[in-house]
Amino acid sequence: MATITVTFQLNGKTTALAVEPLTTLRTALREHLHLHATKAGCGQGGCGSCTVLVDGEPILSCLLPVALVEGQSVTTLEGIGGPGELHPLQAAFYDHFAAQCGYCTSGMILAAKALLDRNPTPSREEIMEALSGNLCRCTGYLPIIEAIEDAARQMEAVV
Amino acid sequence: MTIHRGRGIASVNYPTGMNLGGDPSQALIFCQPTGGFSVKLASTDLGQGLKTVIGQIAAETLGVPLDMVVIDTGDTDSAPHCMGTFASRGTHRIGNAVIMAAKEAKKALLEVAAEELEAAPEDLVVADGEVYVKGMPSRKKSVFDVALAAHFKHGKTISGRGIFMKPKSPIDPETGACDPDSTEAHATTVADVEVDDETGEVRVVRLSSAYEVGRQVNPEMVRGQIVGGSVMGMAHALMETVFPYYPSLEHHTGSFSEYIIPTAMDVPEIQSVVLEYPSSNGPYGVKGVGEMTANSPIPAIVNAIYDAVGVWITDLPVTPEKVLRALEQKAAGN
Amino acid sequence: MKQLGIVGQSVKRRDGVGHVTGQTQYVDDVFYPNMLWLQMVRSPVARGKIRRIDTSRAEAMPGVAAVITAQDVPNNWYTILCLIGIEPNDEPVLAHEEVMYEGEPICAVVAETEDIAREAAAQILLDLDIEEQPPVLDVEYAIRPEAPAIKKWGNNTFMYDGMNHRRLRFGDVEAGFAQADYIVEGTYQLSPIEHAPIETHVCVVKPEPDGRLTVHTNTQALYFTMDNTAIILKVPSNRLRMIGGTVGGGFGGKVDVITEPITCIAAMKTRRPVKWRWSREEEFRYSSTRAAVKMEYKDGVMKDGRIVARKVRSLQDAGAYHRHSPYGVQKHMANLPGPYNIPNVWVDAYCVYTNRQPSSAMRGFGVTEASFAIEVQMDRIARTIGMDPWEIRLINAYRNGQMRPVRKIVEDATLVETLQAAAQLVGHELPEHLRAMSSDDYHGRDER
Repeated sequence: MATITVTFQLNGKTTALAVEPLTTLRTALREHLHLHATKAGCGQGGCGSCTVLVDGEPILSCLLPVALVEGQSVTTLEGIGGPGELHPLQAAFYDHFAAQCGYCTSGMILAAKALLDRNPTPSREEIMEALSGNLCRCTGYLPIIEAIEDAARQMEAVV
Repeated sequence: MTIHRGRGIASVNYPTGMNLGGDPSQALIFCQPTGGFSVKLASTDLGQGLKTVIGQIAAETLGVPLDMVVIDTGDTDSAPHCMGTFASRGTHRIGNAVIMAAKEAKKALLEVAAEELEAAPEDLVVADGEVYVKGMPSRKKSVFDVALAAHFKHGKTISGRGIFMKPKSPIDPETGACDPDSTEAHATTVADVEVDDETGEVRVVRLSSAYEVGRQVNPEMVRGQIVGGSVMGMAHALMETVFPYYPSLEHHTGSFSEYIIPTAMDVPEIQSVVLEYPSSNGPYGVKGVGEMTANSPIPAIVNAIYDAVGVWITDLPVTPEKVLRALEQKAAGN
Repeated sequence: MKQLGIVGQSVKRRDGVGHVTGQTQYVDDVFYPNMLWLQMVRSPVARGKIRRIDTSRAEAMPGVAAVITAQDVPNNWYTILCLIGIEPNDEPVLAHEEVMYEGEPICAVVAETEDIAREAAAQILLDLDIEEQPPVLDVEYAIRPEAPAIKKWGNNTFMYDGMNHRRLRFGDVEAGFAQADYIVEGTYQLSPIEHAPIETHVCVVKPEPDGRLTVHTNTQALYFTMDNTAIILKVPSNRLRMIGGTVGGGFGGKVDVITEPITCIAAMKTRRPVKWRWSREEEFRYSSTRAAVKMEYKDGVMKDGRIVARKVRSLQDAGAYHRHSPYGVQKHMANLPGPYNIPNVWVDAYCVYTNRQPSSAMRGFGVTEASFAIEVQMDRIARTIGMDPWEIRLINAYRNGQMRPVRKIVEDATLVETLQAAAQLVGHELPEHLRAMSSDDYHGRDER
């Protein structure tokens, strides 16, 4: 099959990728670009573990052909912070034991980031709704919600 | 259309370990030249946090700070047998194996330290990465120095081996007599629900529980099991089925849009207290908690539904359809 | 209780930073150069005879490296129970004569990409010739003598020491019923449910130059998986190296050895690394589930609330093959009386086979189901005799020193204390005589 070239911003860097046209963004990230934080939980758009931010919006990368991010900016978990320089959300998830098996964590943190970027002081209900596309089987969600509330407070305090 | 409130309770036991026993786990520990301890396991962490908890147990037994302990799992080339992570056996069996190995390693450490400090091993204490003579805290050597001395001066190994196994119990085929467990943990859950008598929907408002777990190694992680288990139990009671028309194979679920599990929007209030009555055979009295937390909520919710609207739904999951049919039957005087 | 140092502290998770930065490595993050992908061809029907498996068109497709059939499996039995002493051999690794559930693995395609493997598998499925037979799906029907035996030993139950059930016999239930003031009955039914961890089953096998195989797996039990795989491959166990220990959720769903043997055979046949990653649809439809269970309770109860007799009949739907069900029914049976002091108990617990996706271990295995029935039954009793639900449980809760129906003396009992603590938590004031109870207030000493 003929390949196409897709050029986009990935975690702040211009990236050009030659792929088959129907390659999903998830496959491009995990298998072509070797960024493994984004997970392959279902491939059906049902679990949210593949969530990344495209122009700041949470998108299910397992359902998005990578061709559609041409010219856009994509943010994965690798792009928001790393060991030694954690984003406040990452620090809060760590402090609040909001990750058990860790498989939903990338999607959860990015969904939370998208929320806090547009609504820095969300209510608990708003947090729960923003997370409603991200399934977690381990934690029962409360530690995740508490982590996000804490991160929101921390981020507001800095501003 | 009326929302009816109801409360139900359930009290349960949960056995620790594989039924009838015969499920061993082993651990090996060795000390490196500069005093770092490596715990070798072929055990699995499913997310419940085994690696963290075992690190705490090893550090406690050895008497060294947590960051002097590395937990290495799992590779069958470098670590001995572990039966696996299931049956609420992990902390109990693997913890016990690690304690045994750590005690042997600590004994070797103290023997070397005794020579270095010119004291008897039984007069020495290991704490905070140092070995002290009891009552004379200035007479001490760091674990770092003792380990170096062991490796290059005394030519001694500081290592340990551990295994824990509850021997396999026979079972009498005529009476069922057997020894099924190492110990039993217990729990009581109180469920507060609302039932909508027009839609049949059940909303769990609050789950309040008391869990008795022997001993908590890591309280936040025990809470993690309580909250996670509460939500899984709620889902089991109200939402989940692979075969919605069981025993028919029809509509066999194949995706998260067909098989419903809770999202963050479904989480009820969850409150809990943890009791600790140490077991005689668990590591520092641990019983285990990983499975029990998903059990007690289920009948508590079903009992709460009865309290709310007077119908027993004894066929899980309790769907709105089943609630409405039961209410219809009740109204018709059946 | 002795105060400790680090035990008892809420220290942060060792893998916490790895998780929140996405750096924790899972099996699906393992990639090798020159790696092939595997997809499974599965039975489209719940029961049938395989007439013909034609892999020729699939094998001719560009990018297909190999097709694995039953002939490629050195010892074509998934024999988990033989390691804990239970026979007979029951489940083929790959079906070749008959299929017993919809989704049963028949053959595997190994190809350059996951997509090519999937297409080739679909081609084999089209070319598959299976004579469909009517499936047996209802456990009550399956245990009747006139039901077709779907198992080759002639009936549809697991045989325990020559009997088709496991039993508890303690005291004399009929005498208990005769003396009881009330008889309370209830039937409880659970449906099969799925673990649904966010991570599906994944296995990557790399053949090593020295003839060994490195197996990356998200099994919950590395050695168990290693030994079972070795039996299937007919190699010494230490020919295999299992690497794992970090699992994206298990809940009992990753204790069956269902990916490693085939992936190993594929790696050996092609001499290249192979990855097999289950789709979510496979995870829901074809991986082990919790069993459906039907439990019938009959209790004899005194006016004062004591349960004096309990009779239980339980039918567990194992699905098409053993897996861990015979073990699970045994654990279930021991827990069917409940954490209560009941002097007369009769339990018959059956492990029944049907033509559905096999059930196996899941969080709470056998106890979840028993606790559900016991506790709803408890409220039923309370309502029937007009007693408060807290009181009925506190009166009947077992105490240390009492004899359990499995003939083990109760120790480490704390049911009473959890009831009292829960009541306090929700602000429910228990009357004085219930607050005064404890798990140590039994002053007799039962003999075995």
